[in-house]
Amino acid sequence: MALRDQTHLRIVLYEGAEAQPLDADRRFQAISRLLAQGYALTRVGHGGRTAPADDVPALVLGQFGGAGPRLAAGAPADRVRFRHIAGLPEDEIAGAVEGERAEKKAAAHGTWKPWFPVIDYDRCTNCMQCLSFCLFGVYGADHEGHIQVQSQDNCKTNCPACSRVCPEAAIMFPKYKAGPINGDLVKDEDLQREKMKVDISALLGGDIYSMLRMRSERAQSRFSKERDSDKALNERQKCLVKLASAGDIPPEVLMSLPSPEEIQRRAAEAKAKAEAALAAQRS
Amino acid sequence: MSSCPGILYCNCTYAQVLDPAAKAAVLRALCDSGQSFEAVADLCEMSARKDPALQRLTAGGDVKIVACHPRAVKWLFAAAGAPLDPARTEVVNLRDATPAAALERLAAADLRPNLPPGKALPADPAATSAEPHPSA
Repeated sequence: MALRDQTHLRIVLYEGAEAQPLDADRRFQAISRLLAQGYALTRVGHGGRTAPADDVPALVLGQFGGAGPRLAAGAPADRVRFRHIAGLPEDEIAGAVEGERAEKKAAAHGTWKPWFPVIDYDRCTNCMQCLSFCLFGVYGADHEGHIQVQSQDNCKTNCPACSRVCPEAAIMFPKYKAGPINGDLVKDEDLQREKMKVDISALLGGDIYSMLRMRSERAQSRFSKERDSDKALNERQKCLVKLASAGDIPPEVLMSLPSPEEIQRRAAEAKAKAEAALAAQRS
Repeated sequence: MSSCPGILYCNCTYAQVLDPAAKAAVLRALCDSGQSFEAVADLCEMSARKDPALQRLTAGGDVKIVACHPRAVKWLFAAAGAPLDPARTEVVNLRDATPAAALERLAAADLRPNLPPGKALPADPAATSAEPHPSA
Protein backbone atom coordinates (compact mmCIF):
# COMPACT_ATOMS: atom_id res chain seq x y z
CA MET A 1 0.00 0.00 0.00
CA ALA A 2 1.35 3.45 -0.89
CA LEU A 3 2.50 5.61 1.98
CA ARG A 4 -0.12 8.22 1.36
CA ASP A 5 -3.08 5.90 0.95
CA GLN A 6 -3.05 4.65 4.49
CA THR A 7 -5.60 5.54 7.13
CA HIS A 8 -4.70 7.18 10.39
CA LEU A 9 -5.49 6.89 14.06
CA ARG A 10 -5.29 9.63 16.66
CA ILE A 11 -4.18 8.66 20.15
CA VAL A 12 -5.19 10.87 23.08
CA LEU A 13 -3.94 10.50 26.62
CA TYR A 14 -6.68 12.22 28.58
CA GLU A 15 -5.81 13.52 32.04
CA GLY A 16 -8.23 16.42 32.18
CA ALA A 17 -11.42 16.90 34.16
CA GLU A 18 -13.04 13.73 35.54
CA ALA A 19 -9.95 11.64 34.93
CA GLN A 20 -7.26 10.61 37.36
CA PRO A 21 -3.83 11.78 36.19
CA LEU A 22 -1.15 9.14 35.72
CA ASP A 23 1.78 9.46 38.04
CA ALA A 24 4.63 11.34 36.40
CA ASP A 25 6.93 8.42 35.80
CA ARG A 26 4.22 6.21 34.36
CA ARG A 27 3.06 9.02 32.08
CA PHE A 28 6.59 9.52 30.78
CA GLN A 29 7.13 5.81 30.26
CA ALA A 30 3.80 5.34 28.47
CA ILE A 31 4.31 8.31 26.16
CA SER A 32 7.92 7.34 25.44
CA ARG A 33 6.82 3.82 24.59
CA LEU A 34 4.13 4.98 22.17
CA LEU A 35 6.49 7.42 20.47
CA ALA A 36 9.10 4.68 20.11
CA GLN A 37 6.44 2.59 18.38
CA GLY A 38 5.79 5.37 15.90
CA TYR A 39 2.55 6.84 17.25
CA ALA A 40 1.63 10.49 17.54
CA LEU A 41 -0.16 11.41 20.72
CA THR A 42 -2.16 14.24 22.21
CA ARG A 43 -1.67 14.65 25.93
CA VAL A 44 -4.60 16.48 27.49
CA GLY A 45 -3.70 17.96 30.85
CA HIS A 46 -4.73 21.08 32.67
CA GLY A 47 -3.92 24.16 30.67
CA GLY A 48 -2.14 24.47 27.40
CA ARG A 49 -3.64 23.87 24.00
CA THR A 50 -4.18 20.79 21.88
CA ALA A 51 -4.94 20.34 18.22
CA PRO A 52 -8.65 20.44 17.35
CA ALA A 53 -10.74 17.35 16.67
CA ASP A 54 -11.05 16.20 13.08
CA ASP A 55 -12.57 13.23 11.31
CA VAL A 56 -9.70 10.85 12.02
CA PRO A 57 -10.65 7.93 14.30
CA ALA A 58 -9.42 8.44 17.85
CA LEU A 59 -8.54 6.22 20.76
CA VAL A 60 -8.76 8.03 24.10
CA LEU A 61 -6.72 6.55 26.92
CA GLY A 62 -7.32 7.57 30.49
CA GLN A 63 -7.98 6.65 34.08
CA PHE A 64 -11.62 7.55 33.96
CA GLY A 65 -13.61 7.90 37.14
CA GLY A 66 -17.27 7.69 38.09
CA ALA A 67 -19.60 6.78 35.27
CA GLY A 68 -16.75 6.82 32.78
CA PRO A 69 -16.07 9.18 29.93
CA ARG A 70 -18.81 10.85 27.95
CA LEU A 71 -18.63 12.32 24.50
CA ALA A 72 -19.72 15.90 24.04
CA ALA A 73 -23.04 16.37 22.29
CA GLY A 74 -22.62 16.06 18.55
CA ALA A 75 -19.27 14.29 18.78
CA PRO A 76 -18.93 11.38 16.35
CA ALA A 77 -19.39 8.34 18.60
CA ASP A 78 -18.50 5.93 15.80
CA ARG A 79 -15.02 7.40 15.48
CA VAL A 80 -14.04 7.72 19.14
CA ARG A 81 -13.20 4.88 21.49
CA PHE A 82 -12.21 5.04 25.14
CA ARG A 83 -9.81 2.76 26.92
CA HIS A 84 -9.56 2.70 30.69
CA ILE A 85 -5.87 2.24 31.51
CA ALA A 86 -5.84 2.30 35.32
CA GLY A 87 -3.38 -0.31 36.51
CA LEU A 88 -2.22 -1.24 33.03
CA PRO A 89 1.56 -1.42 32.61
CA GLU A 90 3.13 0.42 29.66
CA ASP A 91 3.41 -2.64 27.48
CA GLU A 92 -0.30 -3.36 27.86
CA ILE A 93 -1.15 0.25 27.03
CA ALA A 94 1.04 -0.07 23.94
CA GLY A 95 -0.64 -3.36 23.13
CA ALA A 96 -4.09 -1.81 23.39
CA VAL A 97 -3.07 0.96 21.01
CA GLU A 98 -1.54 -1.52 18.58
CA GLY A 99 -4.73 -3.60 18.68
CA GLU A 100 -6.83 -0.56 17.86
CA ARG A 101 -4.47 0.37 15.02
CA ALA A 102 -4.73 -3.10 13.54
CA GLU A 103 -8.51 -3.12 13.84
CA LYS A 104 -8.79 0.27 12.13
CA LYS A 105 -6.27 -0.87 9.50
CA ALA A 106 -4.37 2.32 10.19
CA ALA A 107 -0.82 2.87 9.05
CA ALA A 108 1.77 0.62 10.66
CA HIS A 109 4.86 2.46 11.77
CA GLY A 110 8.50 1.51 11.81
CA THR A 111 8.46 -0.48 8.60
CA TRP A 112 10.25 2.24 6.68
CA LYS A 113 12.98 4.63 7.77
CA PRO A 114 11.74 8.04 6.66
CA TRP A 115 14.78 9.04 4.64
CA PHE A 116 13.94 11.17 1.63
CA PRO A 117 14.75 14.56 0.12
CA VAL A 118 12.90 17.69 1.16
CA ILE A 119 13.09 20.62 -1.24
CA ASP A 120 13.72 24.14 0.02
CA TYR A 121 11.67 26.07 -2.52
CA ASP A 122 13.16 29.33 -1.32
CA ARG A 123 16.39 28.14 -2.96
CA CYS A 124 15.20 25.80 -5.70
CA THR A 125 15.43 27.19 -9.24
CA ASN A 126 13.56 24.28 -10.80
CA CYS A 127 16.58 23.30 -12.88
CA MET A 128 15.55 19.61 -12.80
CA GLN A 129 19.07 18.35 -12.18
CA CYS A 130 17.78 16.25 -9.27
CA LEU A 131 15.09 14.71 -11.45
CA SER A 132 17.61 13.97 -14.18
CA PHE A 133 20.03 12.49 -11.69
CA CYS A 134 17.87 10.21 -9.58
CA LEU A 135 17.59 6.69 -10.94
CA PHE A 136 14.92 5.63 -8.49
CA GLY A 137 11.98 7.78 -9.51
CA VAL A 138 11.87 9.80 -6.30
CA TYR A 139 11.33 13.07 -8.15
CA GLY A 140 8.64 14.16 -10.57
CA ALA A 141 7.02 17.35 -11.73
CA ASP A 142 3.54 18.69 -11.14
CA HIS A 143 1.24 19.63 -14.02
CA GLU A 144 2.86 23.05 -14.22
CA GLY A 145 6.35 21.63 -14.43
CA HIS A 146 7.43 22.31 -10.87
CA ILE A 147 9.83 19.83 -9.35
CA GLN A 148 8.34 17.68 -6.57
CA VAL A 149 9.37 14.81 -4.37
CA GLN A 150 6.73 12.30 -5.39
CA SER A 151 7.86 8.87 -4.20
CA GLN A 152 9.65 9.31 -0.90
CA ASP A 153 9.74 5.61 -0.21
CA ASN A 154 11.74 4.98 -3.39
CA CYS A 155 14.66 6.88 -1.90
CA LYS A 156 17.73 4.87 -0.88
CA THR A 157 18.26 5.08 2.87
CA ASN A 158 21.22 7.24 3.91
CA CYS A 159 22.01 8.28 0.35
CA PRO A 160 22.21 12.08 -0.02
CA ALA A 161 23.61 11.99 -3.58
CA CYS A 162 20.94 14.17 -5.18
CA SER A 163 21.64 16.93 -2.66
CA ARG A 164 25.22 16.95 -3.94
CA VAL A 165 24.16 17.62 -7.50
CA CYS A 166 21.85 20.49 -6.55
CA PRO A 167 23.66 23.70 -7.54
CA GLU A 168 21.67 25.73 -5.00
CA ALA A 169 21.92 23.44 -1.96
CA ALA A 170 18.14 23.33 -2.03
CA ILE A 171 17.80 19.64 -1.23
CA MET A 172 17.68 18.67 2.42
CA PHE A 173 17.72 15.34 4.16
CA PRO A 174 16.59 16.29 7.68
CA LYS A 175 18.11 13.14 9.16
CA TYR A 176 21.52 13.73 7.60
CA LYS A 177 24.40 14.20 10.02
CA ALA A 178 25.62 17.63 8.95
CA GLY A 179 24.53 20.95 7.58
CA PRO A 180 23.42 22.36 5.31
CA ILE A 181 22.03 19.07 3.96
CA ASN A 182 20.29 18.47 7.30
CA GLY A 183 18.42 21.77 6.98
CA ASP A 184 20.87 24.02 8.75
CA LEU A 185 21.20 27.42 7.11
CA VAL A 186 23.19 27.53 3.90
CA LYS A 187 26.18 29.78 4.21
CA ASP A 188 28.14 31.25 1.36
CA GLU A 189 31.11 29.15 2.31
CA ASP A 190 28.95 26.03 2.02
CA LEU A 191 28.32 26.80 -1.59
CA GLN A 192 31.99 27.45 -2.17
CA ARG A 193 33.14 24.39 -0.34
CA GLU A 194 34.15 21.66 -2.68
CA LYS A 195 32.03 19.02 -1.00
CA MET A 196 28.91 21.06 -1.58
CA LYS A 197 29.89 21.72 -5.15
CA VAL A 198 30.56 18.14 -6.00
CA ASP A 199 30.04 18.11 -9.67
CA ILE A 200 29.36 14.52 -10.40
CA SER A 201 30.38 15.11 -13.98
CA ALA A 202 33.81 16.22 -12.89
CA LEU A 203 34.16 13.18 -10.70
CA LEU A 204 33.93 10.81 -13.56
CA GLY A 205 34.75 13.04 -16.47
CA GLY A 206 31.16 13.25 -17.65
CA ASP A 207 27.61 12.54 -16.63
CA ILE A 208 27.76 9.81 -14.03
CA TYR A 209 25.32 7.48 -15.70
CA SER A 210 26.57 7.99 -19.19
CA MET A 211 30.04 7.49 -17.80
CA LEU A 212 29.00 4.23 -16.24
CA ARG A 213 27.44 3.28 -19.53
CA MET A 214 30.56 4.19 -21.49
CA ARG A 215 32.72 2.23 -19.13
CA SER A 216 30.34 -0.64 -19.51
CA GLU A 217 30.52 -0.36 -23.29
CA ARG A 218 34.29 -0.21 -23.18
CA ALA A 219 34.24 -3.19 -20.91
CA GLN A 220 31.89 -5.04 -23.25
CA SER A 221 34.20 -4.28 -26.11
CA ARG A 222 37.02 -5.73 -24.11
CA PHE A 223 34.92 -8.80 -23.32
CA SER A 224 34.75 -9.62 -26.97
CA LYS A 225 38.49 -9.26 -27.28
CA GLU A 226 39.68 -10.50 -23.97
CA ARG A 227 36.66 -12.29 -22.54
CA ASP A 228 37.74 -10.86 -19.22
CA SER A 229 34.57 -10.18 -17.27
CA ASP A 230 36.50 -9.63 -14.07
CA LYS A 231 38.23 -6.64 -15.60
CA ALA A 232 34.91 -5.02 -16.46
CA LEU A 233 33.57 -5.62 -13.00
CA ASN A 234 36.70 -4.17 -11.46
CA GLU A 235 36.36 -1.14 -13.67
CA ARG A 236 32.81 -0.51 -12.54
CA GLN A 237 33.65 -1.03 -8.91
CA LYS A 238 36.56 1.39 -9.13
CA CYS A 239 34.25 3.95 -10.60
CA LEU A 240 31.67 3.44 -7.87
CA VAL A 241 34.18 3.60 -5.05
CA LYS A 242 35.37 6.95 -6.38
CA LEU A 243 31.83 8.24 -6.39
CA ALA A 244 31.05 6.81 -2.97
CA SER A 245 33.95 8.52 -1.28
CA ALA A 246 33.28 11.87 -2.91
CA GLY A 247 29.54 11.87 -2.56
CA ASP A 248 29.09 10.19 0.82
CA ILE A 249 27.00 7.50 -0.79
CA PRO A 250 26.61 4.27 1.18
CA PRO A 251 28.36 1.37 -0.56
CA GLU A 252 25.21 -0.73 -0.30
CA VAL A 253 23.37 1.82 -2.41
CA LEU A 254 26.04 1.75 -5.08
CA MET A 255 26.23 -1.99 -5.06
CA SER A 256 22.48 -2.19 -5.52
CA LEU A 257 22.58 -0.13 -8.70
CA PRO A 258 21.06 -2.02 -11.58
CA SER A 259 22.94 -3.23 -14.62
CA PRO A 260 24.52 -0.63 -16.91
CA GLU A 261 21.76 -1.27 -19.45
CA GLU A 262 19.07 -0.66 -16.86
CA ILE A 263 20.92 2.42 -15.63
CA GLN A 264 20.94 3.68 -19.18
CA ARG A 265 17.22 3.07 -19.57
CA ARG A 266 16.34 4.76 -16.28
CA ALA A 267 18.67 7.67 -16.91
CA ALA A 268 17.05 8.26 -20.30
CA GLU A 269 13.62 8.08 -18.70
CA ALA A 270 14.58 10.56 -15.97
CA LYS A 271 16.13 12.89 -18.52
CA ALA A 272 12.97 12.77 -20.63
CA LYS A 273 10.84 13.59 -17.57
CA ALA A 274 13.08 16.52 -16.75
CA GLU A 275 12.99 17.83 -20.29
CA ALA A 276 9.22 17.51 -20.41
CA ALA A 277 8.93 19.41 -17.12
CA LEU A 278 11.23 22.17 -18.36
CA ALA A 279 9.20 22.38 -21.57
CA ALA A 280 6.00 22.65 -19.53
CA GLN A 281 7.51 25.55 -17.61
CA ARG A 282 8.38 27.38 -20.80
CA SER A 283 4.96 26.93 -22.42
CA MET B 1 -9.03 27.89 25.66
CA SER B 2 -5.55 28.93 26.62
CA SER B 3 -3.93 31.74 24.70
CA CYS B 4 -0.51 30.23 25.35
CA PRO B 5 1.27 28.79 22.32
CA GLY B 6 0.57 25.14 21.71
CA ILE B 7 3.49 22.75 22.00
CA LEU B 8 4.44 20.11 19.46
CA TYR B 9 7.28 17.75 20.33
CA CYS B 10 8.96 15.61 17.66
CA ASN B 11 10.75 12.55 18.97
CA CYS B 12 12.73 11.94 15.74
CA THR B 13 12.18 8.27 16.48
CA TYR B 14 13.68 6.84 13.31
CA ALA B 15 17.10 8.46 13.44
CA GLN B 16 19.88 9.00 15.91
CA VAL B 17 20.53 12.62 15.01
CA LEU B 18 19.24 14.15 18.23
CA ASP B 19 20.87 13.45 21.57
CA PRO B 20 18.63 10.84 23.27
CA ALA B 21 19.34 12.39 26.67
CA ALA B 22 18.26 15.80 25.41
CA LYS B 23 15.07 14.39 23.92
CA ALA B 24 14.29 12.52 27.13
CA ALA B 25 14.94 15.58 29.27
CA VAL B 26 12.57 17.72 27.24
CA LEU B 27 9.86 15.08 27.06
CA ARG B 28 10.16 14.37 30.77
CA ALA B 29 9.76 18.04 31.58
CA LEU B 30 6.73 18.30 29.32
CA CYS B 31 5.18 15.25 30.98
CA ASP B 32 5.85 16.67 34.43
CA SER B 33 4.46 20.08 33.57
CA GLY B 34 0.85 19.01 33.69
CA GLN B 35 0.02 20.99 30.58
CA SER B 36 -1.41 19.72 27.34
CA PHE B 37 0.85 19.10 24.38
CA GLU B 38 1.16 17.18 21.16
CA ALA B 39 3.92 14.62 20.68
CA VAL B 40 4.75 12.90 17.42
CA ALA B 41 7.13 10.07 16.74
CA ASP B 42 8.67 11.53 13.63
CA LEU B 43 7.69 14.59 11.61
CA CYS B 44 9.60 13.28 8.60
CA GLU B 45 7.48 10.15 8.46
CA MET B 46 4.28 12.17 8.85
CA SER B 47 5.34 14.51 6.05
CA ALA B 48 6.07 11.61 3.71
CA ARG B 49 2.66 10.15 4.48
CA LYS B 50 0.97 13.54 4.14
CA ASP B 51 -0.56 12.69 7.49
CA PRO B 52 -3.68 14.80 8.06
CA ALA B 53 -2.52 15.27 11.65
CA LEU B 54 -0.06 17.85 10.34
CA GLN B 55 -2.99 20.03 9.35
CA ARG B 56 -4.60 19.88 12.76
CA LEU B 57 -1.29 20.28 14.59
CA THR B 58 -0.78 23.65 13.00
CA ALA B 59 -4.38 24.81 13.22
CA GLY B 60 -5.60 27.21 15.80
CA GLY B 61 -2.88 29.61 16.71
CA ASP B 62 0.64 30.03 17.91
CA VAL B 63 2.77 26.93 18.16
CA LYS B 64 6.22 26.05 19.45
CA ILE B 65 7.68 23.05 17.67
CA VAL B 66 10.46 21.10 19.35
CA ALA B 67 12.29 19.46 16.48
CA CYS B 68 15.34 20.20 14.36
CA HIS B 69 16.36 22.98 11.99
CA PRO B 70 13.61 25.52 11.23
CA ARG B 71 14.37 25.35 7.48
CA ALA B 72 13.77 21.59 7.47
CA VAL B 73 10.64 21.86 9.61
CA LYS B 74 9.19 24.58 7.38
CA TRP B 75 9.52 22.52 4.21
CA LEU B 76 8.49 19.21 5.81
CA PHE B 77 5.14 20.76 6.66
CA ALA B 78 4.85 22.50 3.30
CA ALA B 79 5.62 19.26 1.45
CA ALA B 80 2.66 17.67 3.22
CA GLY B 81 0.35 20.50 2.18
CA ALA B 82 0.22 21.89 5.72
CA PRO B 83 2.26 25.08 5.54
CA LEU B 84 3.23 26.70 8.81
CA ASP B 85 2.26 30.27 9.53
CA PRO B 86 5.63 32.03 9.87
CA ALA B 87 4.17 34.66 12.18
CA ARG B 88 2.80 32.05 14.57
CA THR B 89 5.54 29.43 14.64
CA GLU B 90 8.67 29.11 16.71
CA VAL B 91 10.92 26.12 16.17
CA VAL B 92 12.99 25.03 19.14
CA ASN B 93 15.93 23.36 17.46
CA LEU B 94 17.16 20.39 19.47
CA ARG B 95 20.06 19.97 17.04
CA ASP B 96 21.52 23.17 18.47
CA ALA B 97 19.81 24.05 21.73
CA THR B 98 20.65 22.49 25.08
CA PRO B 99 17.72 20.89 26.91
CA ALA B 100 17.78 23.75 29.41
CA ALA B 101 17.60 26.34 26.66
CA ALA B 102 14.86 24.41 24.90
CA LEU B 103 12.82 24.14 28.09
CA GLU B 104 13.28 27.82 28.79
CA ARG B 105 11.75 28.63 25.41
CA LEU B 106 8.89 26.20 25.98
CA ALA B 107 8.12 27.70 29.37
CA ALA B 108 8.18 31.26 28.09
CA ALA B 109 4.78 32.78 27.39
CA ASP B 110 6.04 34.73 24.40
CA LEU B 111 6.54 33.41 20.90
CA ARG B 112 9.66 34.17 18.88
CA PRO B 113 8.84 33.30 15.28
CA ASN B 114 11.92 31.98 13.52
CA LEU B 115 10.95 30.21 10.30
CA PRO B 116 13.08 31.25 7.35
CA PRO B 117 11.34 34.01 5.38
CA GLY B 118 10.26 33.35 1.82
CA LYS B 119 7.61 31.26 0.17
CA ALA B 120 4.97 29.44 2.17
CA LEU B 121 4.29 26.78 -0.44
CA PRO B 122 6.36 25.35 -3.30
CA ALA B 123 4.33 26.92 -6.07
CA ASP B 124 4.16 30.38 -4.52
CA PRO B 125 5.95 33.11 -6.39
CA ALA B 126 9.11 34.31 -4.70
CA ALA B 127 8.22 36.46 -1.71
CA THR B 128 10.08 39.49 -3.03
CA SER B 129 12.75 39.13 -5.59
CA ALA B 130 14.64 42.12 -4.23
CA GLU B 131 14.83 40.59 -0.80
CA PRO B 132 18.20 39.05 0.00
CA HIS B 133 18.24 35.30 0.33
CA PRO B 134 17.80 34.21 3.96
CA SER B 135 21.20 32.60 3.94
CA ALA B 136 22.97 35.63 2.54
